[in-house]
Amino acid sequence: MAKKKTIRTIPQERTPMLEQDPRARAKNFEEVSYGYRLQDAMREAERCLLCPDQPCIAGCPVGIDIPSFIEKIGKKDLRGAYDVITATSLLPAICGRVCPQENQCEGVCTVGESLEAVAIGRLERFVGDAAIAEGWANIPYIEPNGFKVGIVGSGPAGIACAADMAKAGCDVTVFEAFHQPGGVLRYGIPDFRLPNEVIDAEIGKLVGLGVRFECNTLVGRLFTIEQMIGEMGFSAVFVGTGAGYPTMLGIPGDSLNGVLSANELLTRCNLMRAKEFPNYDTPLPIGKRVAVIGSGNTAMDAMRVSLRLGSEKVYCIYRRSKAEAPARAEEVHHAEEEGVEFHWLTNPVAVLDDGKGGVRGMTCIKMELGEPDDSGRRRPVPVEGSEFDFECDVIVYAIGTNANPIMGQTSKLKLNKWGYIATDEHLATSVAGVFAGGDIVTGAATVIEAMGAGRRAAASMKAYLGIRDSNLPYVVPDESGILFGIPLRERNFARVRVA
Amino acid sequence: MSNFEIVAREDFSDVTYLLEVRHPLMAKAARPGQFVIVMSHEHGERIPLTIADFDQVKGTITLVIQAVGKTTREMQQVCKLGTTLYAIVGPMGVPSPISHAKKVVCVGGGLGVAPMFPQARAFKESGAYVIGVVGFRNKDLVFWEDKFRACCDEFIICTDDGSAGIKGLVTEGIRQAIEKHPDIDEVVAIGPPVMMKGCAEATRAHKIKTMVSLNPLMVDGTGMCGGCRVKIGDEVKFACVDGPDFDGHLVDFDDLMTRLRRYTKEERMALDHWEQSCRLQKEIDAAAQAALLAR
Ligand SMILES: Cc1cc2nc3c(=O)[nH]c(=O)nc-3n(C[C@H](O)[C@H](O)[C@H](O)COP(=O)(O)OP(=O)(O)OC[C@H]3O[C@@H](n4cnc5c(N)ncnc54)[C@H](O)[C@@H]3O)c2cc1C
Ligand SMILES: Cc1cc2nc3c(=O)[nH]c(=O)nc-3n(C[C@H](O)[C@H](O)[C@H](O)COP(=O)(O)OP(=O)(O)OC[C@H]3O[C@@H](n4cnc5c(N)ncnc54)[C@H](O)[C@@H]3O)c2cc1C
Ligand code: FES
Repeated sequence: MAKKKTIRTIPQERTPMLEQDPRARAKNFEEVSYGYRLQDAMREAERCLLCPDQPCIAGCPVGIDIPSFIEKIGKKDLRGAYDVITATSLLPAICGRVCPQENQCEGVCTVGESLEAVAIGRLERFVGDAAIAEGWANIPYIEPNGFKVGIVGSGPAGIACAADMAKAGCDVTVFEAFHQPGGVLRYGIPDFRLPNEVIDAEIGKLVGLGVRFECNTLVGRLFTIEQMIGEMGFSAVFVGTGAGYPTMLGIPGDSLNGVLSANELLTRCNLMRAKEFPNYDTPLPIGKRVAVIGSGNTAMDAMRVSLRLGSEKVYCIYRRSKAEAPARAEEVHHAEEEGVEFHWLTNPVAVLDDGKGGVRGMTCIKMELGEPDDSGRRRPVPVEGSEFDFECDVIVYAIGTNANPIMGQTSKLKLNKWGYIATDEHLATSVAGVFAGGDIVTGAATVIEAMGAGRRAAASMKAYLGIRDSNLPYVVPDESGILFGIPLRERNFARVRVA
Repeated sequence: MSNFEIVAREDFSDVTYLLEVRHPLMAKAARPGQFVIVMSHEHGERIPLTIADFDQVKGTITLVIQAVGKTTREMQQVCKLGTTLYAIVGPMGVPSPISHAKKVVCVGGGLGVAPMFPQARAFKESGAYVIGVVGFRNKDLVFWEDKFRACCDEFIICTDDGSAGIKGLVTEGIRQAIEKHPDIDEVVAIGPPVMMKGCAEATRAHKIKTMVSLNPLMVDGTGMCGGCRVKIGDEVKFACVDGPDFDGHLVDFDDLMTRLRRYTKEERMALDHWEQSCRLQKEIDAAAQAALLAR
């Protein structure tokens, strides 16, 4: 038996992940990080103490059994690691890339108390990518139960709910307003952080589970939620339509050409491929000097996209300090490396007109941190007389979103006071048979939380429909190609379908 | 949803054409004032177009399109009978509130005649006295005259050069209507922003409620990007989910017109790029033809 690991025997430094050189990558849309190679992953797996407390599991919004998957990586059993992750999470290749691990699993890691935390996110991504490369998919035997389930929105919340309902044997259809599925994963998060192939692969798995995707379908307007559970014959419906409706600052000059939301910039660039204009028809404003207001993931994406589109200068304007920036730490770090100029404790006061309907610059004011506010963060207050002007020609607002009004306009679903869909603790809405989760319930949050909500809603839906999962084990073909003593090639498992 | 087949096409002039698209669900759901977003092919732009008519029996919706730039000109060439559109989503927007007005003036300017039609018909069906006012640059551009007239109690046609109906802009038609009928409850106007602005000005002094349908640039049409924002009084609204119909007396039309010019340079580029490739294609075809003949 191997000796027990201690904090002193494990590799002290976190295993670095190969990345494109910042100066080169700031000019292309290729993925920034190449991901771990097997030897990197095994070395990093070595760093996990397999401590008895397992704080990381509690730190994960969906409770992935992190120590066991890491242990399996250490034993080179990648398929085993994949099976552990997919027992609770659906999209490891995506979550490994975009989760804010420093606030979740890695934030509470025991190793992290004295050294750098184990790179759980990178290991998860490594396993997810291996699964895509190898074409693994855990497709259980599914016995149809005759229930028809409708999912509105194909973001992470909708996808997660769809997968669970399909595995339970329901006939699942996902309706999406855009012409391609994926939600924010597709239109918001850029290719260099999350390549389209990864999204396609993960969605492909759902199709493998028998889930149907109906794009170009604006639910509420083409048909209503009430019609779905009524004349269209859906036994239950999940609403995961995301947050949407970007906030504008409400300062003078807001409506000038050259001022746009990060959502608009990113949708044009990612979904509509404006970066390949004019080979794709959708245009995009490309500023010489771009100021992005805000400091969340959306803001970081807008800045880094602007750099790649060829803007000479990209500024980040944020009214609080770096410590309060809500983006993933890695994204802020990447943006800094790529040459974004950060102006912390700075708030816009007015957008300046160039006299032709465009933007000439912006007036900002310096801020300082005062007393803590309700969120516990110190409230930024303006420093009197510290206004200053600077030049820019494109201004991108990434200061959050409000609730999308379409569901409220077209259904009887009760909304809360902010306009988001009101649910009980089981994610049931005010309309029987209709459940909701993700950003449309909580306001803008994270991919993994949206997925977690989709799964919780699925559990409630199953209870509502009175169905239980067929508790059959996933098919785990081992190296020999023999399962339960029967060669896989010749097998004819009555109840098991191998992917 | 896919496979949106074009089941009829009609050309009204060398710049205006009609497409009838099969989409039974949409035909059932559509209401006056709503629009769709169309992508003609995978590399295309998402462009908003008003639903000019819908037929639940045939399961089709009708679009009337003016070829103004790259996408609409390309569609004019490629959207033939039997072809399909890559994507079409809708019906989008809040349906026009067909009020209980007893007497309304329905104004359509140029292409705006088409999107105005379903509203005029709805007012007629709800029992209102409908005065139609339509305007075109000249007689050759007139379309849907009979169709529109059929749902109006009175019908005024205006042309810039007087080649049909009265000579003058639609605002002249509105003036005449107001003069004759002191009891008009509502005016509804659709057309280019300048025209709608003119209509709103023409009715302001008379305090007649005036609704207009705004057409800012759009991307998603689901309220997610804010590209379609318009100024209505002191408020900022997103035309795709809060509109497209707004109170004309509150709309900041100058802001709308400025914002419509956002991508003038890129639109020009797209058009040039496309025309260039059309020319190349023609040359290639001609060369191939010549080679074939030479053999
Ligand atoms: C630019 C950007 C970067 C981000 N980066 C990160 C990150 O790094 N890490 C992280 O954890 N989180 C990140 N987030 C947040 C995260 O993406 C969201 O919290 C998450 O995607 C929410 O998932 P959802 O399923 O609730 O909604 P969405 O992903 O928003 O999906 C909703 C879908 O529903 C569709 N829809 C809406 N209305 C209708 C309708 N009426 N009918 C049919 N379909 C409809 C929409 O088109 C959309 O596709 C980022 C967000 C943005 C915008
Ligand atoms: C709610 C709504 C309903 C509409 N209904 C119709 C309709 O029924 N029939 C129709 O032909 N057009 C309609 N439009 C306008 C149509 O969407 C544009 O003409 C089209 O997007 C132009 O695309 P393009 O690539 O051919 O031209 P571009 O090269 O993009 O533009 C060429 C010119 O058209 C102007 N333009 C571009 N987009 C718009 C726009 N959204 N609205 C007005 N002008 C624009 C530009 O300012 C430019 O001057 C509607 C627009 C909206 C927002
Ligand atoms: S078109 Fe994007 S919000 Fe209206």
